[in-house]
Amino acid sequence: MAIEVRDVNKSFGTTPVLREVSVDVASGSLTALLGPSGGGKSTLLRVIAGLEQPDTGTVRISGVDATRLSPQRRNVGFVFQHYAAFKHLSVFRNVAFGLEIRKRPKDEIRKRVMELLELVHLEKMADRYPSQLSGGQRQRMALARALAVEPEVLLLDEPFGALDAQVRKELRTWLRRLHDEVHVTTVFVTHDQEEAIEVADTIVVLANGEVVQVGSPADVYDNPANPFVMRFLGPVTEIGGSLVRPHDIEISVDPIEGGTPATVSRVVRLGFEVRVEVEVGGQEAWVQVTREFADRLGLEPGDAVVVRPAPGARSLALSAV
Amino acid sequence: MTTDTALRPAPAPGSTPGAGARPRSRLSGGTATGLGAAVLYLSLIVLIPLALVVWRSADHGPGYFWRAVTTPDAWAALTLTIGASVIVALINLVMGTLIAWVLVRDRFPGKAVVDTVIDLPFALPTIVAGLVLLALYGPESPLGINLAYSRAGVMLALLFVTLPFVVRTVQPVLLELDADMEQAAASLGAGPFQIFRRIILPNLVPAMLSGTALAFTRSIAEFGSTVLISGNLPFKTQVAAVNIFSQIEGDNTTGAAAISTVLLVVALVALISLDLLQRWGNRRG
Amino acid sequence: MAKYALRALALVYLLFLLVLPVALIVWRTFGDGFGPFAEALTSPSALHAFQVTLTVAVWAVVANTLFGIGVSILLVRHSFPGKRLLNAFIDLPMAVSPVVVGLALILVYGRFAPVGGLLESWGIQVIFSTPGMVLATVFVSLPLVVRAVVPVLEELGDEQEQAAHTLGASRFQAFLRITLPGIRWALGYGVVLCLARSLGEYGAVAVVSGRLVDQTQTLTLFVEERFQNFDQPAAFAAATALALIAVVTLLLTKLLRPKD
Repeated sequence: MAIEVRDVNKSFGTTPVLREVSVDVASGSLTALLGPSGGGKSTLLRVIAGLEQPDTGTVRISGVDATRLSPQRRNVGFVFQHYAAFKHLSVFRNVAFGLEIRKRPKDEIRKRVMELLELVHLEKMADRYPSQLSGGQRQRMALARALAVEPEVLLLDEPFGALDAQVRKELRTWLRRLHDEVHVTTVFVTHDQEEAIEVADTIVVLANGEVVQVGSPADVYDNPANPFVMRFLGPVTEIGGSLVRPHDIEISVDPIEGGTPATVSRVVRLGFEVRVEVEVGGQEAWVQVTREFADRLGLEPGDAVVVRPAPGARSLALSAV
Repeated sequence: MTTDTALRPAPAPGSTPGAGARPRSRLSGGTATGLGAAVLYLSLIVLIPLALVVWRSADHGPGYFWRAVTTPDAWAALTLTIGASVIVALINLVMGTLIAWVLVRDRFPGKAVVDTVIDLPFALPTIVAGLVLLALYGPESPLGINLAYSRAGVMLALLFVTLPFVVRTVQPVLLELDADMEQAAASLGAGPFQIFRRIILPNLVPAMLSGTALAFTRSIAEFGSTVLISGNLPFKTQVAAVNIFSQIEGDNTTGAAAISTVLLVVALVALISLDLLQRWGNRRG
Repeated sequence: MAKYALRALALVYLLFLLVLPVALIVWRTFGDGFGPFAEALTSPSALHAFQVTLTVAVWAVVANTLFGIGVSILLVRHSFPGKRLLNAFIDLPMAVSPVVVGLALILVYGRFAPVGGLLESWGIQVIFSTPGMVLATVFVSLPLVVRAVVPVLEELGDEQEQAAHTLGASRFQAFLRITLPGIRWALGYGVVLCLARSLGEYGAVAVVSGRLVDQTQTLTLFVEERFQNFDQPAAFAAATALALIAVVTLLLTKLLRPKD
């Protein structure tokens, strides 16, 4: 294990932010800490980096107990949400910082920094200052700076949080590819479930300072541990007292076995997908179907239909919780 | 500072060791050393000496203190100082606001130079300030105005050294003032004078008052600029600081301490009322 | 119309209160050319006063710069009980008359005071000597560096320092390489203000120095003493020199002032 967090508790004043948190991060993995804001995920990342001290519990990095080590001695790469670019240093000197602190020879520093700048596509920006870079470029510089010291683990706090939607999507794909190239154990914090599912190979869901579920993206999406995780990871709707994914519901004009009668209240066409809003037993629900399927049925508001969860679909009984 | 404390509230006292490890280890490590050094420095140079002034003034009991403060020359110096400071503060209130207004709302060639010159009284040594005023308004005045050894001369010196306070507190507030508000008022039918009285002035008042209070505290403490132009005439032009100075020269440190204490108390009262006033202003908006 | 009336009123006020008096001194000083000015300032007494002023100012500035940086970091980056009180105490010297400063120091460090007496027995004379003048100057210029640095340090935030820590920098390395460059302009601004105040301090130094000509006489004391002794040219020359320093300070602070 690259990182082992055990029974960590942390409070700010009287407000608990982490409760009995235990997380394992496998070497070479790309792990997302996912959860709503205020769920404790950034604090957990900062505890791993040593920027916050846990009240109780331990943190081991590469098998070594790091709980009382200062951030200076943990050899982690940390990328801050707002990059924490050294404003008075050029891009080159920013990336070289950790190596200069370690007193590496000049030419070695030069070589390594240029390699990294190439890796993050900033080789032409070496002499610029952070204020002359775009948000995405600053993010990549911060990443190169963190990677320069060959950290045991790379920690990213909301790495794409401050970027606009377009750049965000590009950087996600790029981060995935970068990880495939560099293979450094990486943990990143995000509140965006799509980002976590797309980029990570393991997702840790945190809510109210507790680990709610750990698993692969598919696992967490398909077998949510509780309604909260299910709601957080994707769209849900409620039929017959159960939470179901709207694309996991069958809708038919003819009677089907185990079906519940419903009335179509609205049909919304969203490009390829069609959202059919229905009333089931006095409650609003919705079903996601393809355009082709909707055209075939020719649904209109007021039509009587039958709905049921698709065979094999995951559903969570709300009453059970 | 507010964000700092908001992010890291101090641990509850009495928390188990290890539990509050981080904030506590911070305090016992670098913070404690630094804090100790800072407090020692501050104590040796500022706090202990000032405390001793107050202590010395009370040394011989309240009766002695009262007599020291009410000797005719000391009393005259104190009343002159406070009276002149009130007048000077009020003149600053008006003229400082006016100058700030001109610097922000008016445009004319050389405005940048005028803006820089405002700070000159802060940069100029007080004795030089007194000397330059004496050169223009003294016995050899080229203008034929002789204010030397008069109360008007003392006030002139005080006006000189306190000039920047109101200007520099009002100016930034005026700069930040939202033009939308005035336009909104105009669109609702307010004339220029009504806009000034109902929209601009209420927004400036806190800054005007704090500048005035600062000018007042500076004024009652002033020494250097009044030395030459006042001629140091007891009962007529001698201000409190000069009176203290002559008492020190005459080795009457207890008397000097008594008057010093009065000055300190007046200054603190002015500053504390200013602080309360600002908090009250902050609460309102 | 009102606009011009206000402008005229403001400018006339400034002209008669500020500009004319200062200009007159400069004109009087250089009225007979540069020669008398240079001559008055190169007299042994004037040169000695220059030297005393500089010694006292340099010590005071060094002390207050170190204190200022340290206290700013304490106030902005650390939390401790009594923080608000410390913050308030820093501003205290602004509310104290320079003469009271002098008196306060005499009461502690004077020959007949306990601390002063003890130091005297060790051969250290504070009052009527350079250490006392340094103390007085430190006192009056104490808040300037702190007040210049604190807002910039707050603005800077601690993320860059944390980033430096994660990259392996020690506290001291992070301070030298990240914090100090981040506050350099503000620090420069504070140091210039502190230096100007130190060079120009009169009241507090007048009390603790004993005003001993050619011994503890600073430039400001020299101005006063020469004027009282009817040596107007020397007084005016020294005053003009101090005014020039003030103008240079003003321009420097204009240059260094944090722009928003």
